[in-house]
Amino acid sequence: MSAGTFAPAPGRAPRGTVVRRQIRMELLLTARRGEAVVLAMGVPLLVLLGAGLTDATNVPGDDRLAYVVPGVLALTVMSTAFTGQAITTGYERSYGVLKRLGASPLTRSGLLFAKTSAILGLVLVQLLALALVGVAVGWRPEFGHVLPAVGITVLAVAAYSGLALTMAGLLRPETVTAGATLIYVVMLAVGGIMFAAPDLGVAGWFVLPLAAHAQALRDALSGSAIPGAIWLSLAAWAALGVTAATRFFRWE
Amino acid sequence: MKAIEVRGLRKAYGGRDAVAGIDLSVPAGEVFALLGPNGAGKTTTVEILEGHRRRDAGDVRVLETDPASAGRAWRARIGIVLQTATDAAELTVTEMVRHVAGFYPRPRPVAEVIDMVGLTDKAKARIRSLSGGQRRRVDVALGVVGRPDVLFLDEPTTGFDPAARRQFWDLIRAQAREGTTIVLTTHYLDEAEALADRLAVISAGRIVAEGTPAGLGGRATAEATVRWDGHTETTADPADLIVKLSAEGADLSRLTVTRPTLEDTYLTLIGEKR
Repeated sequence: MSAGTFAPAPGRAPRGTVVRRQIRMELLLTARRGEAVVLAMGVPLLVLLGAGLTDATNVPGDDRLAYVVPGVLALTVMSTAFTGQAITTGYERSYGVLKRLGASPLTRSGLLFAKTSAILGLVLVQLLALALVGVAVGWRPEFGHVLPAVGITVLAVAAYSGLALTMAGLLRPETVTAGATLIYVVMLAVGGIMFAAPDLGVAGWFVLPLAAHAQALRDALSGSAIPGAIWLSLAAWAALGVTAATRFFRWE
Repeated sequence: MKAIEVRGLRKAYGGRDAVAGIDLSVPAGEVFALLGPNGAGKTTTVEILEGHRRRDAGDVRVLETDPASAGRAWRARIGIVLQTATDAAELTVTEMVRHVAGFYPRPRPVAEVIDMVGLTDKAKARIRSLSGGQRRRVDVALGVVGRPDVLFLDEPTTGFDPAARRQFWDLIRAQAREGTTIVLTTHYLDEAEALADRLAVISAGRIVAEGTPAGLGGRATAEATVRWDGHTETTADPADLIVKLSAEGADLSRLTVTRPTLEDTYLTLIGEKR
């Protein structure tokens, strides 16, 4: 075996290194806008305390926190991976930050992967924080199905992130901001977070990814299995989001 | 070796030709300037060479590779300074340069690059807090940090004060001495004259003249205008005329000899009156 066997291809940094560096940069930038990250948890926190501890809204079942907290966790994922990500990336694009990166050996798919990975890391930290608040106010989840809950959350992040990057890559930043916020508000209203989602049966899970994700977390964290239709729905949304982003995302 | 070869390049936006059949050939190690008014097709041409934009027709080779289908290894050999200034939000100069340096296989030392662009004092400052000219220098730092074989600079000194421009020119000359091929677009004639080995004037998507800054558009051999004591004469050989005038005892205390400046030639070429 020659000494050069493990050397990278001549003339370029290995793909893994480039993507790892970009993930680090995304996380660093996220940390720099720390106040925005905390603010992004503000609405979910209000919903958690408001709907979870008072009778302000009607929720199904007797255990309000068991209904509300998993919904809030799903809402946070959407808030960060979809709304926050779309707005930030939209402005990065209009400011020329992305075009600058496009001038370097970082590939488009490398950037999309790095952004989604960084968001996944951020989401996990936010979920942990909100779950702790939930536990502090009396939520008592079961951890038997926590792995499937994480798995379904990864699918949700891929779906939201893909859709966010697609929007950010196609529209003007002001339009992205308005659109992503509107979708957030609509999903908050009909996603089964503060009160029951409209009963569309299984079809609802395919139409409303937030409702599907919230129901999956509710099932998993109360100790039951996640329905196959929800896996299917979020896998389809993830496939759609990622495919659209790879096809339509632009640097400039 | 040719660093850049372009034949019959065309690009239209919505039926309007932005680039209407351009041929270019830039040998390795040359500093080549693309000169032209706004909207002439400079940026479109350069962005096609950088692989940022698709062409409609023509053959393009940069470092013997078609930019439209080139991979990461090719991109690692290209340095790009875009027309718009970087707004990297909350990163500091050092962080941004170090970050991009990591994308290249043999980058220059980060501190050295920051020093080269004269931003050592601002190394720890967030890019957002810098002036436009300073941000532009960050762009230049990002363009050269990967030790590119070909460096593209799109109107790099727009918004610079005169001192910063001179400093920037020195930086470009230093890159050229190291053998980097440099393609520069500009609408500043003094910049093209100061830096370029060769330049091409582009107007309405076509190259209307190409040559050295001194020889562009037949400038070196153009007739000179001699003015003295209220008289004006144009001649191919001003020395002869002056000797003759001197012998005749004419008043030469306010004698001037002028040849067309690069600006005169340029304005003639792009079809505008002074």
